[in-house]
Amino acid sequence: MTIETAAQSAYLVAALLFILALAGLSRHESARFGNYFGIAGMALALVATVALALVGDLSGTGLVLLLVATGIGATIGLYRAAKVEMTGMPELIALLHSFVGLAAVLVGWNGYLHVEGDPDGAEAALLGAQDLLGIHSAEVFIGVFIGAVTFTGSIVAFLKLSARMPSRPLMLPGKNLLNVGALVAFVLLTVWFVIDPHLWLLIVVTAVALLLGWHLVASIGGGDMPVVVSMLNSYSGWAAAASGFLLSNDLLIVTGALVGSSGAYLSYIMCKAMNRSFLSVIAGGFGVEAGPSGDTDYGEHREVQADAVAELLKSAESVIITPGYGMAVAQAQYGVAELTRKLRDKGIDVRFGIHPVAGRLPGHMNVLLAEAKVPYDVVLEMDEINDDFARTSVVLVIGANDTVNPAAMDDPSSPIAGMPVLKVWEAAEVIVFKRSMASGYAGVQNPLFFRENSAMLFGDAKERVNDILRAF
Amino acid sequence: MIIGVLGESGSGETRVAATPATVGQLLKLGYDVVVEPGAGQRSSFSDEAYADAGATLGDPYRADVVFTINAPEPERLDRLAAGATLIGVFNPRLSAELVEEFARRPITVLSMDAVPRISRAQSLDVLSSMANIAGYRAVVEAAHAFGRFFTGQVTAAGKVPPAKVLVAGVGVAGLAAIGAAGSLGAIVRATDPRPEVADQVKSLGGEYLAVQAADVEVSATGYAKEMSDDYTERAARLYAEQATDVDIVITTALIPGRPAPRLITAKMVASMKPGSVIVDMAAANGGNVEGTVAGEVVTTANGVTIIGYTDLAGRLPAQASQLYGTNLVNLMKLMTPERDGRLVLDFEDVVQRSITVVRHGELTWPPPPVSVSAAPATAAPVNVAPQAAAQPQAAKKNRGLVLTGTGAGALFLLAAFAPPALRGHLTVFALAIVIGYYVIGHVHHALHTPLMSVTNAISGIIVVGALLQLGHGGVAVTTLSFIAVLLASINVFGGFAVTRRMLAMFTRS
Repeated sequence: MTIETAAQSAYLVAALLFILALAGLSRHESARFGNYFGIAGMALALVATVALALVGDLSGTGLVLLLVATGIGATIGLYRAAKVEMTGMPELIALLHSFVGLAAVLVGWNGYLHVEGDPDGAEAALLGAQDLLGIHSAEVFIGVFIGAVTFTGSIVAFLKLSARMPSRPLMLPGKNLLNVGALVAFVLLTVWFVIDPHLWLLIVVTAVALLLGWHLVASIGGGDMPVVVSMLNSYSGWAAAASGFLLSNDLLIVTGALVGSSGAYLSYIMCKAMNRSFLSVIAGGFGVEAGPSGDTDYGEHREVQADAVAELLKSAESVIITPGYGMAVAQAQYGVAELTRKLRDKGIDVRFGIHPVAGRLPGHMNVLLAEAKVPYDVVLEMDEINDDFARTSVVLVIGANDTVNPAAMDDPSSPIAGMPVLKVWEAAEVIVFKRSMASGYAGVQNPLFFRENSAMLFGDAKERVNDILRAF
Repeated sequence: MIIGVLGESGSGETRVAATPATVGQLLKLGYDVVVEPGAGQRSSFSDEAYADAGATLGDPYRADVVFTINAPEPERLDRLAAGATLIGVFNPRLSAELVEEFARRPITVLSMDAVPRISRAQSLDVLSSMANIAGYRAVVEAAHAFGRFFTGQVTAAGKVPPAKVLVAGVGVAGLAAIGAAGSLGAIVRATDPRPEVADQVKSLGGEYLAVQAADVEVSATGYAKEMSDDYTERAARLYAEQATDVDIVITTALIPGRPAPRLITAKMVASMKPGSVIVDMAAANGGNVEGTVAGEVVTTANGVTIIGYTDLAGRLPAQASQLYGTNLVNLMKLMTPERDGRLVLDFEDVVQRSITVVRHGELTWPPPPVSVSAAPATAAPVNVAPQAAAQPQAAKKNRGLVLTGTGAGALFLLAAFAPPALRGHLTVFALAIVIGYYVIGHVHHALHTPLMSVTNAISGIIVVGALLQLGHGGVAVTTLSFIAVLLASINVFGGFAVTRRMLAMFTRS
């Protein structure tokens, strides 16, 4: 057994541990073990790699640099992880994606500097002997391209999610042409680079990819962020896999493929929950092809006050709360959790109905509610709870709009027609917490607000929930 | 405007159209309320209670809106003011004479039993609210006549088996009966031609007995339809089997505008155990049970009691009045859009149109049909969707095949022309994607965010790549690797730490 074969075996075990880590997340009971499997796999892979580097020609300075870099990275990472608010999870995740993207770009550039940039070096000679130089060049390009798209895409997503940039979609003329053009340019440049590797080609492709990533995400609106974040998750995986090909490292390939398919699967779930195709999300926001049908007279909405809602809740037998992004924005989850506890103490059946695209991240609402100590077994998915609304006394819609819009089912001309929605209107009473009568992300009016059995509770969701708690 | 509440004249009627509680709600809508003295006596509502609630005691016939339950006799109808609105339960489908009688007068007549079965109108549905009470009372009557416990017990004096109750027809009344019998501790079974009620039966703790049949349907009005002969035969077999086993039978099968279907024959009754009780809730419409006498209790030769009361709801007068009164309040809410005590009859509204029998002396019965039950609403898309969706679906399928084919071809070419070293990596890559897809497919929806942060952490594995490059080459390579290692470390440590933090937050109740 040499150190090389030992490292290869360690990589194999690490890859399996990563698969176990993802498998562990299928259930709440095993989720924590899943995380430990992941940590174990990562530790094993790092030890093996460091050992491999030490046996190789890692100098003393190199080792110091390694320790310093890891130390700084670990400090920043642990600090951010301990400090982040659960409402800020989408931003953090987007930021972490961008790091993977940037790292992939840097690894790609290094690959170039090692081989193509140093044609007389040992590695170039080795690759040349196997006739693999062309493949190597292509791998550098692909790795850098995916990495750079991930990097700027994630940065824009981060800026949008943290409201440092308007979340409204950017509408450049011919934006689909721009995207396709960038892809075509990438293919042409790759061919050129394989034939005749030049540094300037690498610089150009990096710039094109950075611009493409920026433009791709900038032209997608805030409500589609769950798709964007999972898409970027997927890209970061492909970027890692591309680096794996570049370095002939199977562990990187396996891990990258796992992450890539995980992100792709999540994007698929999110798209299905919006009844939209992946391409239509990428191609731009709602309301582009069909303007909102705003001329219909929906009638009058009814307004209620917090104390009336408290009375209503006290006399209810069962309550379902359907939260949306508005709850996260208002930071109302603690009040909602408190309300849930009080109602459950009175023997009232309280459950939560979560639409798959509620929030800005897949599973965002679950994490927020978990943070506020709402037990996870009363937090149900749309498909689990949708048939129960008809037997429910009161539904509280907190900061959700499009995901509870009956027009998605009733009105075939609606831009969101066919999107699966929570059928809140089947309940006896629906209370909608809302800032104003403005329409939701999709720009579609919501006929729910004008139904006989719904009433509006206007104002900041957090304050209104606290008002209800006071009236109890 | 003034609302008048009539005292019921029929000797059997115990209910009243408004209670002190509903009077309060009517006042809030802006109306004044006049109650006929003694109107609530048989429902245990005293005149003082009405007065305390804000009503005036006096002559209700001069009021603008008159609440009643049963139709007043012609001479009392004559006392109504011209232009008055009379609201009650008049059964206009079957009482043509009464409708004519109404139409001879310059009044408006609304019949609460004609409310269409749409979800918006549920709060006005007096048939549902009365059926609910009647179903409950049917169980109470059965328990009263039954010489044993409903619940099973193990006592020092021996073991008592629980009573077995069969409920035929799972409408509102049937469901109420299932719930009441179940909460007394009986074993409850229920039958209904509509298989979709099985879940409702289960939710109340009953067992649904399905009749194996080919054609089971719901009519457009939301009530069960008359069944085909074949079905009836199979149902009869089921009832015959059950009759010998159960102690209590409660039948609720009604078909609007027709005599009640005969479910239990004299032979089945004869096969029941002595002391068994049958409550035939359809007695008024001819009865589901052979041998039922409407309004009476009869005992058969083999000691089976058949209860044919037609006033089950009226036997809980205070409760029935309260629910009926609330139905009327909800109608007033609908018809008083301004909340200013002015009644507005809106013929554009399908609910108001449906219940209007006479408008200002002009016959408006029967109303145009409303086809709005829950069942057709869900059935319609099912019928339409396959036709509409068939083509795109086929196209999608074709496109899927083409895409799969193209992908497989491209992969084949790539692998075939790739150097051996790359081919090994491609194999690993392809298999890892497949594994990833299946593993992720099982992730619980609530754990999607932890999943993303864990994948974030493990995609920090790119640190391995940067690490291997760290020692090699010049300053440029070292600098870039240093940054890459730093960034990837943030991911690794941050990703795992935040996942741990999140997972620790998930708690069970």
